[in-house]
Amino acid sequence: MQLASIHFKERAHEKLNDAQLQFNLQKFKGRFVAARRAAIVELDDFEGTREAARAIRQRGLDHLDTYLTLFEENATARGATVLYARTPDEVNALVLEIAKRHAVRKIIKSKSMVSEESALDHAIEAAGMQVVETDLGEYILQINDYEPPSHIIGPALHKSKEEVSALFEKTHGTPRKDVIEDLCLEARHVLREHYLTADMGISGGNFFVAETGSVVLVTNEGNATLTTTLPKVHVAISGIEKVVPTLEDVATLMRLLPRSATGQSISNYVDVLTGVKGPGEHHGVEHMYFIVVDSGRSEVLASDVREALQCIRCGACMNHCPVYQNIGGHSYGWVYPGPIGSVLTPMYVGLENAPDLPQASTLCNQCGVVCPVKIPLPDLLRKLREKEFERGMRPWSETTGLRLWTWMARRPKLYGWLCRLGVRMLRGLAARDGMIHRLPFGGGWTRGRDMPAPAGRTFRELYAARTARDATSEGSRNERTA
Amino acid sequence: MRVGLFVTCLVDLMRPSIGFAALRLLEEGGAEVYVPATQTCCGQPPYNSGDRADTQVLARKVVAEFEDCDYLVAPSGSCSGMIRAHYADVFRDDSAWAARAAALSAKTYELTDFLVSVLRVPAVPGRFAGKVTYHDSCSGLREMNVKSQPRALLAKAGVEVVEMAECETCCGFGGTFSVKYGEIATRLADNKCAHIANSGAEAVVLGDLGCMMNIEGRLRRRGDSRTRVLHVAEVLAGELP
Repeated sequence: MQLASIHFKERAHEKLNDAQLQFNLQKFKGRFVAARRAAIVELDDFEGTREAARAIRQRGLDHLDTYLTLFEENATARGATVLYARTPDEVNALVLEIAKRHAVRKIIKSKSMVSEESALDHAIEAAGMQVVETDLGEYILQINDYEPPSHIIGPALHKSKEEVSALFEKTHGTPRKDVIEDLCLEARHVLREHYLTADMGISGGNFFVAETGSVVLVTNEGNATLTTTLPKVHVAISGIEKVVPTLEDVATLMRLLPRSATGQSISNYVDVLTGVKGPGEHHGVEHMYFIVVDSGRSEVLASDVREALQCIRCGACMNHCPVYQNIGGHSYGWVYPGPIGSVLTPMYVGLENAPDLPQASTLCNQCGVVCPVKIPLPDLLRKLREKEFERGMRPWSETTGLRLWTWMARRPKLYGWLCRLGVRMLRGLAARDGMIHRLPFGGGWTRGRDMPAPAGRTFRELYAARTARDATSEGSRNERTA
Repeated sequence: MRVGLFVTCLVDLMRPSIGFAALRLLEEGGAEVYVPATQTCCGQPPYNSGDRADTQVLARKVVAEFEDCDYLVAPSGSCSGMIRAHYADVFRDDSAWAARAAALSAKTYELTDFLVSVLRVPAVPGRFAGKVTYHDSCSGLREMNVKSQPRALLAKAGVEVVEMAECETCCGFGGTFSVKYGEIATRLADNKCAHIANSGAEAVVLGDLGCMMNIEGRLRRRGDSRTRVLHVAEVLAGELP
């Protein structure tokens, strides 16, 4: 996917002023939040389950080498081939190689965010093959000239029903439909043909299970099941961090994933795919490949933001993020938006290519408290801010301002005098309503808001005066008594 | 019981009445209040900007100024949250100061939490006849577990609290975020203003001056000169500005 995180501010400005998008975002905003709230109370011990899920994910990461080896052994024993990709380019190269080996002409895909990292669809088309996205959201984006996804579980959440209607009418050449069910049926009709004629299916992978060598797919539309079972070749692509030790662990994580994501007790489909079709078996593919992707993940593992790799891609952090809710996913400029994206994107594409992302958060910690695997997202954002500061990536005005503030604040006497002077000057800028309407050097604030003017005296000077007054009256009382 | 009052730099600069209200509430609650004259900043601005060296300088100063008190209390969830929840990280590579900071963190409280949980005040001096809505500031709510305490105290002051929609959602302040990403901050504040208006309250009450300035600044710019923006300490102490 084309990286555009460097344009965060301009994009956010554009999105804040896009009336149609704002309408769509407002409509979607509360829905996932309310659904999750209702779903988590079904669990007797939600917090305990979160803690267990965190521990499972951490155990997987602590012994990643062991579990990946175990996964490879068990998958291979069931007739699958496990391949490793160090970079996004290697992902594409491996897919093309597999396609060539099996003389593939048409590929169907169920949702895979990892494949967005390497713009796999473009690589497939450039190699002369056809690729069809089958997740409804991804399909909508594909036929809209590969519009980028704006959400990790609902890639087309930013689009209204009307926009999709118009797109279908134009692409399919069918009469316009305005009922959602009819639109779904139309997509289903179009896609059905592709399922039956594709030579290869590509899926993502919510979990790789070490003890069984399986891939677990969590979906709602049924497209992943068709994608991974109808063609003779199945390729599952996911990150190295998605390996979990046991199926039992998957069961624990599944108590939280759909509930945190869409507010469902369980998703409509959960596929556990293990190995190829054995002798005498009726189900399963003839050839099964796993592409296990690093693409910057081992660097995250070795860094002080490694907890980001615990992520199970539920999207709760973005659903609950007040910034995401208002600017939408496209502002973040890459595959993963919202709080988790603001940690992962700089790590995967370079902090210098996404310097705004760690900064563009109020650190309100709504993301941290809803994360089902307890990733301390604000702490991780702050750690990235430390790196920006250390590398001298922040504007001169900001670093100088901070240094000056600290320099003053550690000198209480001087600080006191400067504050007295400062509040009097600010007071002088106040209009009759007690508000400062325009602040020199403070346009970032006063462009959209007034600044309530200070009272004009600092607490410290008023308190000192009061203490002195009390002491005097105490003194004169004592004199009288004497 | 010797309580150190950490006034916070914003209250010192912008709205001293909050500091005096906190002082009165603590004294009437039976505490002997100590106000270190040299106090300035808890270190949150450099901390959230990734400037660890400067954060440590300011955090050491706070620890040294307050460690002799039985408690540190601040009329702010944000500053008390900085001290209680983040000083351990600030001194993650300095074990001597980490130990001193941990001792202070353990006795650091947000004002309303302290009045309810430690002083267990039976009554408050302020009376306020009117309908208000309460904004739960992020750090107070999610770092200091401040939720029921201010509401319980407001009830003692005879205040009717009507809850607005999304009272736990960030107002968009976020410290330097409010200037660096002013446009986004303004939109978040806009949402907050709309919820306040829809609640029908005549005032919004909250426990953090940063959020107050953001919300009041947006309310006034939107042309709402009527809705009052009050610190919970001001209402409880009966010392409205």
